[in-house]
Amino acid sequence: MNHAPPCFDEMFDEDGVVRPAYAGYREWLYGQDAPALRRKAVEAEGFFRRTGITFNVYGDDAGEERLIPFDMVPRIITAREWRQLTRGIEQRVRALNAFLHDIYHRQEIVRAGRVPQRLIAENAAFLPQMVGMVPPGGIYTHIVGIDLVRTGPEEFMVLEDNARTPSGVSYMLENRETMMAMFPELFTRVNVRPVQDYPRRLAKSLAACAPSCAGERPTVAVLTPGIYNSAYFEHAFLADQMGAELVEGSDLRVIDGRVAMRTTRGYEPVDVIYRRVDDEFLDPLSFNPTSMLGVPGIMDIYRAGRITIANAPGTGIADDKAIYSFMPEIVEFYTGEKPILANVPTWRCSEKDSLAYVLDNLADLVVKEVHGSGGYGMLIGPTSSKKEIEAFAAKLKAKPANYIAQPTLSLSTVPIFAKSGLAPRHVDLRPFVLVSPQGIDITPGGLTRVALKKGSLVVNSSQGGGTKDSWVLED
Amino acid sequence: MLGRTANGTFWMARYLERSENTARLIEAGFRMALTRRSDMAHEEWRSVIETVGQTKAFEGLYGKDYAGERVWNFLLRDRGNPGSVLAMTEGARSNARSVRTALTREVWEAINETWMVLKELLARPVREPLLGQVLATIRRQATLVRGAFDGTMLRNEAYNFSRLGTFIERGDNTARILDVKYYVLLPSLAWVGSSLDNVQWESVLRSVSGDRAYRWLNAGAMDPRGIADFLILDRRFPRSLHFCIDKLRSNLFGLAHQYGQETEAHEMLRGLGTRFHESAIETIFESGLHEFIQEFIAANRQVAQAIERDYRFYA
Repeated sequence: MNHAPPCFDEMFDEDGVVRPAYAGYREWLYGQDAPALRRKAVEAEGFFRRTGITFNVYGDDAGEERLIPFDMVPRIITAREWRQLTRGIEQRVRALNAFLHDIYHRQEIVRAGRVPQRLIAENAAFLPQMVGMVPPGGIYTHIVGIDLVRTGPEEFMVLEDNARTPSGVSYMLENRETMMAMFPELFTRVNVRPVQDYPRRLAKSLAACAPSCAGERPTVAVLTPGIYNSAYFEHAFLADQMGAELVEGSDLRVIDGRVAMRTTRGYEPVDVIYRRVDDEFLDPLSFNPTSMLGVPGIMDIYRAGRITIANAPGTGIADDKAIYSFMPEIVEFYTGEKPILANVPTWRCSEKDSLAYVLDNLADLVVKEVHGSGGYGMLIGPTSSKKEIEAFAAKLKAKPANYIAQPTLSLSTVPIFAKSGLAPRHVDLRPFVLVSPQGIDITPGGLTRVALKKGSLVVNSSQGGGTKDSWVLED
Repeated sequence: MLGRTANGTFWMARYLERSENTARLIEAGFRMALTRRSDMAHEEWRSVIETVGQTKAFEGLYGKDYAGERVWNFLLRDRGNPGSVLAMTEGARSNARSVRTALTREVWEAINETWMVLKELLARPVREPLLGQVLATIRRQATLVRGAFDGTMLRNEAYNFSRLGTFIERGDNTARILDVKYYVLLPSLAWVGSSLDNVQWESVLRSVSGDRAYRWLNAGAMDPRGIADFLILDRRFPRSLHFCIDKLRSNLFGLAHQYGQETEAHEMLRGLGTRFHESAIETIFESGLHEFIQEFIAANRQVAQAIERDYRFYA
């Protein structure tokens, strides 16, 4: 492995002096008693277990539930930094929706030669069923998670767009609840922008996208694959907080040209479905015929404009990692502006020269599957053995178009509260964005994921990452 | 409310009630076994297994060896027993999870905590010296859930469907105890007046935690008719059949009130209520205690099925 690149710590500068954003927090922290803080950490874990804030890990014993470790040191973002980020995020989300509309209509961007035809036509996330239709409200991706990484004082980059069904927002909310319950005095000292009204905003945003056949108070339902899904807690949490029904595929049916849910009094129509089920399982008549999670015929009703599905089917075409590499062009094409947020430099292995470069430099690069997520199926060159790299090279050569590669970024660090005291660990940030005809709404902060192992760059919860409360300071 | 959610709250409550009832049965069985010779203790444990309807499962695993420790471990935690306290608690928790949005945070947390506590408590076989403590914990957790439920739930559909589950299960449980032990309440030449009768009667009362209440009401005098009357017809005792019927009626009334419509289950319960109201314990004994109980068990099951149908529990 090469020498570790120096990385930017968000709390302390190179001389160990606290940065202004963290000054208030540090002052409080130094007044605390370490053993008492440690007890609080144990308390927090008990709290998460009792409330059932768990996730299921695929591949483990059925029903095995785990906690996502929570770290007590907040991740703090200044008002100025946040303003800049929100401008960039808004621009990007506008472009994503415009791109989706275009891809399912005239494909101007392909005609203009800015995105290759092959990337769309051969993409499994492209749904022919969506061609030529406009979703109710004209929105494709209603709920977006933009994954950001930081490499320096002013350097924020987008690592990934999540335009399908981004998860994690319940952790953002529960982390804040936990911090406020454990350290109420901290919030009277430091002015942190609230996040708690996210569920209300989500409900409002979804209702604003209801189809024209909906009544004055549209019926919103959260569609979950069920209690064995890894994010079930979040589905139940959001439905509960919004006062929406939490439905499974077996609760829904198409009746009289509407999608309806089986209530104790018979079937009642649903107007908006916030689905946490993948496209493929949404409608056994249109997609995977063996799916038990979806609703037979829902796509016909959708195409007739009589139900809103959030996010729209087929939005995956916008967040696939091969498309990601074209995001700077996409943003410019639809907004006419330079992108405010940078992309991470990306090599598309489908291109011959890039592939050759990537193969020569595997030990220094991060290689990801184009359709992968959750940190599965990727190679982190600098921390992999020679054997692992060779095995990966073989896979890469067999199917180059399946992969993209990026430099190993020196992600910023924020300290965690480790056994020995504060210890820097790499972090990323997923802000949550709501889109409706009324506008774009970004909750201040988002979910900070943190790699708990020293030096590790993998923050995914499925790979042992933890989370932090994320603060945006008031002006 | 979704039919599936009604179903989930109904079964959540049934599993909770069943788990608690099983703990009571073990408690009574244990107490009885302590006061008997070992062969009769085995007979006592056999009747406990019969009461919970798991004779086949138990004998399939252990034959006819009804040793106390084996029986209570089977009832508490055996993987081969789908009706064990542990399995029921898991079932209740998994139903609660699937209807999480219909429950208050307190209720969900009480159930989740109960599951966490019992999973830990029943991770290893329970030895005799610890049995009392384990049973006390199970009862305490059940009380916690009940308290959270009573103190925080809106009196809406979710509440009514849960309560229906509770009282269907409870009525069934009391009836099953009577069904297995009805013969000790019948006039019998051989046993009358022996001290054994008293022990047997007391055991029946204990298995529904009714021994103190009964003594208090009857100044300590035990007689089989009085006990049968108490367990079947006394509307003040929260585990009597008549009490369960009253509660089912009032919870169904709550649903009818909210929905503006009665269903088949209402009709059935009205019939059952009238029958209980007009019955005296003498006539029940005359026409056959055993038959009466069997009829109740069947009727109770039919009411449960009618509720499932009327309120669209299944697609």
